[in-house]
Amino acid sequence: MAAARTDFWELERRNRRETVILVAVFIVLFTVLGFGLDFVFHDLTIVDGTLAGFPMLTLIALGFGIFQSLLSYYGGASLVLASVQARELTVDTPQHQMVLDVVHEMALAARMPVPTAYLMNDPSPNAFATGRDPQHSVICVTQGLIDTMDREEMQGVLGHEMAHVRDYDIRTMMMIAVLVAGIAMLADFMYRSMWYTGGVGGGGERSGGSRDDDRSGGNAGALIGILVVVLAVLAPFFAQLLAMAVSRQREYLADAASVEFTRNPRALLRALERIAETESPLRNASRGTAHMFIVNPLQGARDDDEGFFANLFSTHPPLRRRIERLRAMLNEAGGEAPLAGAAATTHTPGG
Amino acid sequence: MSGSLIFLIILVAVAGWAMLAYNGLVSLRNQVQNAWRQIDVQLRRRHDLIPNLVEAVKGYMQFERDTLTQVVEARAKAVSAPDQASRMAAENQITAGLGRLLAVMENYPQLKSDQNVLKLQEELTTTENQIAFSRQAYNDSVMQLNTRIESFPTNLIASNFGFKQAEYFQGAPEDQAVPKVDLSMSGAPPRA
Repeated sequence: MAAARTDFWELERRNRRETVILVAVFIVLFTVLGFGLDFVFHDLTIVDGTLAGFPMLTLIALGFGIFQSLLSYYGGASLVLASVQARELTVDTPQHQMVLDVVHEMALAARMPVPTAYLMNDPSPNAFATGRDPQHSVICVTQGLIDTMDREEMQGVLGHEMAHVRDYDIRTMMMIAVLVAGIAMLADFMYRSMWYTGGVGGGGERSGGSRDDDRSGGNAGALIGILVVVLAVLAPFFAQLLAMAVSRQREYLADAASVEFTRNPRALLRALERIAETESPLRNASRGTAHMFIVNPLQGARDDDEGFFANLFSTHPPLRRRIERLRAMLNEAGGEAPLAGAAATTHTPGG
Repeated sequence: MSGSLIFLIILVAVAGWAMLAYNGLVSLRNQVQNAWRQIDVQLRRRHDLIPNLVEAVKGYMQFERDTLTQVVEARAKAVSAPDQASRMAAENQITAGLGRLLAVMENYPQLKSDQNVLKLQEELTTTENQIAFSRQAYNDSVMQLNTRIESFPTNLIASNFGFKQAEYFQGAPEDQAVPKVDLSMSGAPPRA
């Protein structure tokens, strides 16, 4: 396990670094958009090759970017849980008790604090984890998951979520979810305001005179206006692409870590096979939160398409691939004597 | 001049490394101790559960008196054990006995309609699992600590500051040989 532990430290460092980069890129992007808006609204103009005016919207955008980053860090989990309409899991039924117990078991196996359990009232089996660090982590399951999984399979699924908690994936994924929503919102607002103010040409028209040097200032304004439009259109697209790129590899890693915790590849293997049989999408999942779930919650997104573009635009690796990898692990472990923890996966309720 | 400067830089680097290595060892040792406490908490919780469970099921399971008695006796031994080794031997007996008990309980459908029994059964099942997972976590921590203590150059620090290798938690041999409770075990001859 010594090697696995080192890997985990590396994953944690990578996630911390990625979050910092993400926030930096986000704030810079916001500020640039604000800078562009300043030209659109003529707070800033270029006179004789120098900037004139007060960059009001730039400062507002910078402030908003910082605010949004802090909000996504401290309030991200609450926002995500509210957007999927989850509530804290209470012990109403023996089933719920079992889920709470298994959460506890997997936290022990992962040597992590016990996350708070949340419930989504949805018949589609799915789960996700969120929070800013393991001390403030949440694992959310659907009622459908509780209904379809036995204890062993539940261990596999919650082990996968516990791995996201341990490796700080939850922080990166949560901030992406909230920041992507912020970018989409801003881009939408900008796109509309562009049309409202008469579009790109406006900036050049107003400052445009007949003299040559004024002309060049107008062109620069128009150029920046065009850039703003391009950014506004591309920003959500890039943000989405980023969310997809970072989450796919993590799913394989979390699958492997789940096996490390349960010492039982069959647990997650059977859980994923069972999920593969169901084809019901989640009601409350959106493109902004899809990357957080253990399997893609969106309609028709669970197909087994492969190839460059299919891989580029999906948040999750094909379920079939994941099942194949787990089966390989099971065959590998098959010949050896089971480890100490394997005894722990017995006693499924009802046999 | 520059020679002594280089010497100083090397000295600072070595001292810095030694500090990090020492702190690393301390945190690993604390992790091992914490993991051990986790096991202890679960074992005690199990001690508290056993009398309740026995009380709840003995009316239904008159033919399993041996299994029940074994568990109760092993618990008494564990609670009053004079030293760690004999306590762990008794705990392993409890694990084996409870495993059998939970397995044969499946043969008594009446138990499934008793809410109290079902609740205790879930509680016991998760306690058993938590013991197994804490033991797994403990052994993982021990392996990390021991590897660090043995590896060069950390072993220089470890030996100078008295870091001792920790002991693995050994389960009962039968416990490790049975990865999944076989429900047909009720027909097998009881093992001591």
